[in-house]
Amino acid sequence: MAQYVVRRLLLLIPVVIGILLITFLMKALIPTDAVTAMYQGQLSEKDAAQAIATLRAKYHLDLPWYQQFYFYVADLLHGNLGESIRLRKPVIDEIGYRYVNTILLTGASLVIALVIGLVTGILAAAKRNTWLDVTATTIGLFGISMPAFFFGLLLILVVSVWLRLLPVVPHGPMAILLPALSLGLIEAAPLSRVARASMIDVLRRDYIQAARARGASETALLLRHALPNALIVVLTVVGLQIGNLLGGAFIVETIFSWHGIGELAVNAIQWRDFALTQAIILVSAVTYLVINLVADLLYAWLDPRVELVS
Amino acid sequence: MSDILIEEPIFHMPSRGRQLFRRLLRNPSAALGGSVLAVLILLAAFAPLITPYDPFAINPMGRLKPPTWQHWFGTDEVGRDLFSRIMYGTRYFLLICAVTASISATIGTTLGLIAGAGSALADGIIMRLIDILLAFPYILMVLVVVAILGPSLWTGMAAVGIAGIPGYARLVRSTVLTVKREDYVVSARALGASETEILFFTVLPNVLSPLIVYLSFATPLAALLASALSFAGLGTQPPAPEWGVMLVNSRTYLFSAWWAVAAPGMALFISIFGLNILGNGLRDVLDPQS
Repeated sequence: MAQYVVRRLLLLIPVVIGILLITFLMKALIPTDAVTAMYQGQLSEKDAAQAIATLRAKYHLDLPWYQQFYFYVADLLHGNLGESIRLRKPVIDEIGYRYVNTILLTGASLVIALVIGLVTGILAAAKRNTWLDVTATTIGLFGISMPAFFFGLLLILVVSVWLRLLPVVPHGPMAILLPALSLGLIEAAPLSRVARASMIDVLRRDYIQAARARGASETALLLRHALPNALIVVLTVVGLQIGNLLGGAFIVETIFSWHGIGELAVNAIQWRDFALTQAIILVSAVTYLVINLVADLLYAWLDPRVELVS
Repeated sequence: MSDILIEEPIFHMPSRGRQLFRRLLRNPSAALGGSVLAVLILLAAFAPLITPYDPFAINPMGRLKPPTWQHWFGTDEVGRDLFSRIMYGTRYFLLICAVTASISATIGTTLGLIAGAGSALADGIIMRLIDILLAFPYILMVLVVVAILGPSLWTGMAAVGIAGIPGYARLVRSTVLTVKREDYVVSARALGASETEILFFTVLPNVLSPLIVYLSFATPLAALLASALSFAGLGTQPPAPEWGVMLVNSRTYLFSAWWAVAAPGMALFISIFGLNILGNGLRDVLDPQS
């Protein structure tokens, strides 16, 4: 096991270098840099040219790309993610707290998605081909067809405007409720589908029949005998879904003014703030890699049949 | 000896295509989803004939009017007729579906065919590249491409299309690897067919059904993402009557004019829903084992 973990971690290195290179090469392809974008049309032409030249030199934007890459990686190894040209502060200061916010939102949505997805999936599998199953499946189909940003706006409309349950811009711990619901409810749909399919698959197995023959109650059969095995499949899907949640956050964070890295990513791209965009992509990609690694490890730990071969 | 009369068989076996089409019509999901798609295509084609107003014509006196007989879906924040804009929006929706699906499917299928049927070296290079692309969550890939190309309708579509390539490449490669081992490929080779002939006339047709099923599920996802990009200001730009753009413009007026949000939102939801159930139907018909 330990050997496998070390090996998987070592395998991450080329992928991370690949990600760094891709995000870095983006820059060679970007037509305008942040410095130019910032001063365009704001100063007289001569002043702008002067200011642009100074700032470009400061951020090494005047060097060839491979030297810039060297500076970037060297900085990175010193724990420096660069400086946001637009916000005029180290990228890490901005990303740090936003990262925590996004993880909070992703975690809360995941809990909602898991609870609702599992409960409806298990119920649908247990009451297969009844009205309950059909309802759950139909709602699931609605879930995968619903744009997260429209659903978020509908939630605000219903909860805050029509029912007046929450203020439109809630503060404190309640602030996370609506964004987490709009991400979580939508992600519950695919989870419910997977949970249903894998429960149906497991319920057909011989050992379930054996347990039933021994007189286990239907509830025990579902929860104690079938669920643990069905969960293994659900887990792999969860690993992939966290990627969706992290990404889906970019739109939901914008709607609810939740200050996470998704909202920042949208701004950074519009500002053409390269250091910021690159850092966000780097941080998200690495997070995603680590989450998938953890999911694979959990998978192997839960299911002894899975061999850890990389 | 009387002459043997050779008659044409009385019963014709319908062609495979026609058989499939009949089975699709009989499948309720496919029929409903197909009808939604057909309606979308008709609306897009005849939008100028159906719409009572110019989708870009503003009317400062008629801002944010609720639905009436004159304006079926109400008007937006500058008094444009929402019904007309929604009808024209079908063009953007179908364009986005067609362009993103073409980019992902053609490049992905080509890469998948080369990786699955070509040399081990080509397979190795392509799959490592795909692995690195897959290390990015789908949406992050899209953001990288938009960051490079800048926000617009076409760059948004290109970004979503490019991000979809790895999925198609993987699917086609694994299907080709399975199909290659089938008896009918071995017999085609024994009969003297060249490798190119085998690839295009024996392997490719058998890759088509999983490819169509995947396409029908990946396309609505891609369309959702493209409209999410427009919503975030990273895709189609105003004043285009694209549904994502219409939503972002009207969300400011959510409290006073809910219809301006509901109209584009529901249009998008119904269209995506139609494509998704069409996908369910196609899967049932083309891939009965699943």
